[in-house]
Amino acid sequence: MLSEYISKGTSDTRSGYGAAMTILGEKNPNVVALCADLVGSLKIQPFIDAHPERFFQAGISEANMIGMAAGLATGGKIPFPSTFANFATGRVYDQIRQSVAYSHKNVKISASHAGITLGEDGATHQILEDLGMMKMLPGMVVINPCDYNQTKAATLAAAEYYGPVYLRFGRPKWPIFTPEDQKFEIGKAIQMNEGSDVTIVATGHLVWQSLEAARELEKEGINVDLINIHTIKPLDDAAILKSVSKTRCIVTAEEHQRNGGLGDSVAQLLSLNNPTPQEYVAVNDSFGESGKPIQLMDKYGLGVKDVVNAVKKAISRKN
Amino acid sequence: MKSNQDLKNIASQVRRDIIRQVSSAASGHPGGSLGCADYLTILFFSIMDHDPAFNMEAKNEDVFFLSNGHISPLYYSVLARAGYFNVNELATFRQINSRLQGHPATHEGLPGIRVASGSLGQGVSVAIGMALTKRLNGDDKTVFVLTGDGELQEGQIWEAALFAAHNKVDNLVLTIDWNGQQIDGANDDVITLGDLEGKWKAFGWEVMYVDGHNIDELKTTLNNAKNLRNGKPVCILMKTNMGEGVDFMAGTHHWHGKAPNAEQTEIALSQLEETLGDY
Repeated sequence: MLSEYISKGTSDTRSGYGAAMTILGEKNPNVVALCADLVGSLKIQPFIDAHPERFFQAGISEANMIGMAAGLATGGKIPFPSTFANFATGRVYDQIRQSVAYSHKNVKISASHAGITLGEDGATHQILEDLGMMKMLPGMVVINPCDYNQTKAATLAAAEYYGPVYLRFGRPKWPIFTPEDQKFEIGKAIQMNEGSDVTIVATGHLVWQSLEAARELEKEGINVDLINIHTIKPLDDAAILKSVSKTRCIVTAEEHQRNGGLGDSVAQLLSLNNPTPQEYVAVNDSFGESGKPIQLMDKYGLGVKDVVNAVKKAISRKN
Repeated sequence: MKSNQDLKNIASQVRRDIIRQVSSAASGHPGGSLGCADYLTILFFSIMDHDPAFNMEAKNEDVFFLSNGHISPLYYSVLARAGYFNVNELATFRQINSRLQGHPATHEGLPGIRVASGSLGQGVSVAIGMALTKRLNGDDKTVFVLTGDGELQEGQIWEAALFAAHNKVDNLVLTIDWNGQQIDGANDDVITLGDLEGKWKAFGWEVMYVDGHNIDELKTTLNNAKNLRNGKPVCILMKTNMGEGVDFMAGTHHWHGKAPNAEQTEIALSQLEETLGDY
């Protein structure tokens, strides 16, 4: 039900990560944190204050941080190396590939400030390719939660799961709209609204945009089947296939390049199982720029109106 | 305790294993493998406390990481000869469906391998992670890691060097295979490494030298390094002769990544005594 999901205040999703790390610090003595000179941004000072011996300041040395995380995992620890998403993926892709993914290490790559909503710092820092890079690695779990509560739950779930995980967070204050006690299961999508006219599969900040779009569309008599897909990999194939068998058209919505993102994963699933008209809400082969998060979302096609328009186009393409 | 003669015998057999693996696969890296054969033999048979009933976490064991993964034929031979897996498996080196990948990997579950290596520059960081784990666990064992000298051209090495010194990771012993060669030629012609002792000292490490083919020196130096806890990580500059043990492979980069043909294999094996039985 759309009315269940209203904003109950705002927070950045990375704060959900910090809160979960505080809990994990108490709960799981094997959890250790690493950071590349961005402790304030990753919100892990409470973890460090409580467990200074379990925190490793890597300095501005992301490659070494990832390698050390692999070594800590080899010894049985559960390391959470953390930095901005740009430096946590593209800068250290080979280190992740060889020492973490290929070696199947229990490392939780914790990446904040992902996407265009990083805002004023501009395109050097606004990574829009990270989901694609991470999902291509065999065995890597890729999680992109939508709000504070879901990020907290995702982080706790990542610690319980054995294997490499990519956790993606954002910088801006964003509505908190999922229930604090909502069950989080890696790879299991959350059905937010039942509808028969169109499926929207959304991830990260775009879940809220899609909710807002669905509310507008409802007023026009268009009923959206809305799926919150916090896990990009493994994808919840069953939830998506079930939904499109009912709606016969789909919109994917993500703060990422169209190339390599959630939309690509969904298109692959559908082309193999049930070819379905699909529209993409994503950045289309472009770098971002400086600006306020909402301005950038509007300029780069990630606004509520972009979701609305994509839905109408998808419906118009139904057989 | 193994006698020097025992260690010599093992190293000779290991060198035969290297030549036979590379020859049979018609690919691989004999030069660096031969050059580090004395070091790795002594490390596994005389220095480290380790259990061939392999356990990934290595609690209360000394641990070795190979950062320059291309010298895998040496690593595989030493692991097999130390009892980690059957020596006959060496025959599968670089073949399809083998656990003995071209570069070491954990993916196929080969006992003794704790992380994949091959893409250079990553092993020191991984070794630091293991050393930190031991510190957290109150485990006083030592973590050893080997890199090539050309590998020092990777920036990550120096990130790791800064971290280890700043954090006084003194249960870590890095050995550098200082043969002066890399694929494209001598280090000094490719990118000179300059004053390595000065560099590592400036980074805050304890620096030692060793002749990588002198058994007594290797034993003494590695033992000293293993037991030293003075707040500094240890870097051993190990002078080696690439291709040591096979006259036509020695002292040149030409056999860095090239397999000998049948005739060359025969000549090479004639120079290496079969001491423990070929696989």
